[in-house]
Amino acid sequence: MHCSGRRRGAGGGRGPLPRGVVAALALAALVSASCVDNPPPVEPEPTAPPPGAAAVDAPRAERPARDSAARPADPAPPVLVEEDEFTTRSLEEINRDSPLSPVFFGYDSSEIDPEAQAVLQANADVLLQFPTWVVTIEGHCDERGTPEYNLGLGERRALAVRDHLVRLGLPTAQLRTVSYGKEFPFAPGSDEVSWAANRRAHFVITAQ
Amino acid sequence: MITPRPEPRLESSPSFALAAVLALAAGGAVVSSQPPQDAAPASPRSQVDLIIGDRVGSQPRFAVPDCLAPGGEPELASAGRILAQVLWDDLDFEREFRMLPRDTYSTVPTARSLTDLPFQAWQELGADGVVSCSVTGLPDGEIRVRARLFNTRSLESAFGVEFAGSLRNARVYAHELSDEIHRQQRGLEGVARSRITFVSDRDSESALGLVENRQTKEVYISDYDGANVQRVTVSRSLNVTPTWSVNGRAVAYTSWRNGPPDVLISHIYEGRLEAPLGGTVDVHNWLPSYSPDGRYIAFTSNRDGNPEVYISRTDGTELRRLTNHPGIDTSPTWSPLGLQIAFTSNRTGSPQIYVVGVDGTGLRRITFESYCDRPTWSPAPYNEIAYASRTGPGYDIKVVDLATNEVRQVTFGLGSNESPSYAANGRHLVFSSDRTGERQLYLIGRDGRGLRRITGTGNNEMPGWSR
Repeated sequence: MHCSGRRRGAGGGRGPLPRGVVAALALAALVSASCVDNPPPVEPEPTAPPPGAAAVDAPRAERPARDSAARPADPAPPVLVEEDEFTTRSLEEINRDSPLSPVFFGYDSSEIDPEAQAVLQANADVLLQFPTWVVTIEGHCDERGTPEYNLGLGERRALAVRDHLVRLGLPTAQLRTVSYGKEFPFAPGSDEVSWAANRRAHFVITAQ
Repeated sequence: MITPRPEPRLESSPSFALAAVLALAAGGAVVSSQPPQDAAPASPRSQVDLIIGDRVGSQPRFAVPDCLAPGGEPELASAGRILAQVLWDDLDFEREFRMLPRDTYSTVPTARSLTDLPFQAWQELGADGVVSCSVTGLPDGEIRVRARLFNTRSLESAFGVEFAGSLRNARVYAHELSDEIHRQQRGLEGVARSRITFVSDRDSESALGLVENRQTKEVYISDYDGANVQRVTVSRSLNVTPTWSVNGRAVAYTSWRNGPPDVLISHIYEGRLEAPLGGTVDVHNWLPSYSPDGRYIAFTSNRDGNPEVYISRTDGTELRRLTNHPGIDTSPTWSPLGLQIAFTSNRTGSPQIYVVGVDGTGLRRITFESYCDRPTWSPAPYNEIAYASRTGPGYDIKVVDLATNEVRQVTFGLGSNESPSYAANGRHLVFSSDRTGERQLYLIGRDGRGLRRITGTGNNEMPGWSR
């Protein structure tokens, strides 16, 4: 089995122009449980969610882990998005249906848990295939903290994700951070599900 | 990327050519039961004689009837009513006088002139002091405002004051008069001419950028009572945590107009915008706080890989790192003499308030609660820090006295109350609360009394009170 690790971009068997991001994601998800070596995910289920707005916006608590775990087992991914398609689409279009998934955090925490590690591994795999992309890691917080402190907490979350991606082999030049504190919530509610959705590092591709 | 836009230049200046002629105390004082005359010679009286209210332990009772408008023009009469009402509110705000409600004056006949008042009727109503004022038109379209403060028992004029200027400045004349009355009668520095800066979504639009459905917040300024709101930023981006420079001529705030957060200083009367702290795509700066002498800014930055507190000159030179801890250090505020900084840190696991010398020595923890943030150090003569403290699902404003370490609560669980900022005289706080469902700004005394709401349009938050 091909191992989707940190060295993929440097010497993977796929060559410099891989066939498709979804395929890569599926492969990454398929193998991440067994191949990510630093450190290995504890749970068998955390895998990269399928790309797409619905998955991107779903908080961890709501994410159908079984479905996404089952998807990589599908021998033929239904849609192959060619890299050419990414190069011809605008940044707005790419971000609207982003190949990069957000990661979520615990309350007042910037710790990257095993589930987030698996997501970041998948995101790293995508970014290593598109070395010209510059991605901005946005740190977001739920509404329960004060607006002032949350600016720092969001920065910590973004920095924690950036540092993790650098450890996975991504060049710092490809990564930017920004904190929005609790100013740009993704879910408007005042409940556990909304709070979980809003405690996130969100990825925005800011240059192709 | 986000396109920078030019900063709007605010049009009206607060230094509205205040041709204030302060004809103070002794100069205007007169004797006898005769109506006092403007040009009466000064009698040799001590300042103490002119202080109204001789009953020990009780507040003097003041009345402020509408200003006279001898010409009869509706515009002038309207200005006279506004001036009297604003003055009444200003005097009521400091709670130094017991203000007789303006709707109880109907039994008192209108004064025949600025100095010919029905003193007996005012006495019967219980007033110890009455402010008499008049508004007259000047040939060039401006107005002249004259005001006298009378002792209803001695019939003496404690002092008089005169302004000339635009009709639109009626509120400012009232604020000026209030500060003068407090200074002359109580030795108190009032804050009626002070200003508030704050963040609002009242003109919110979609932010520039690659992510949809994000709404902007902009920076505004207003009088301390919420009147005369003016917009400072037009950036199509997020702007938060505004604070006044010490001289009141600039507002520093955190802005995302260039992408990541950076501290911008808007010189609002010159139309000039600065970003002195060296923000880049990787170096972010936020939460500026001016030192009491106005020469330094404390702020939070990620420049060493983690949110820490830094100090620099306002032009960005003499940068020094103040904190050094892997946790979050943020929200700095200066002590009254500028020798210490209070800040928020989560180094023990939850956000708490700490104090450290500006040289980095003498670190001590101040709060021991579940979650505390946004410390604001009071001006002298008080030595206390106000902050937002989690007291349930939301926050309340609390104050810790640094001499005794005693904590007192200022708000009590009505909505979530956050982001306190002190008035220059230390007697009041402005904070935001969502107690009505929308987030609005409120003023409250440092003793928790005298709550006033000062905003009502959109959501308004993160206020800063001018020095």
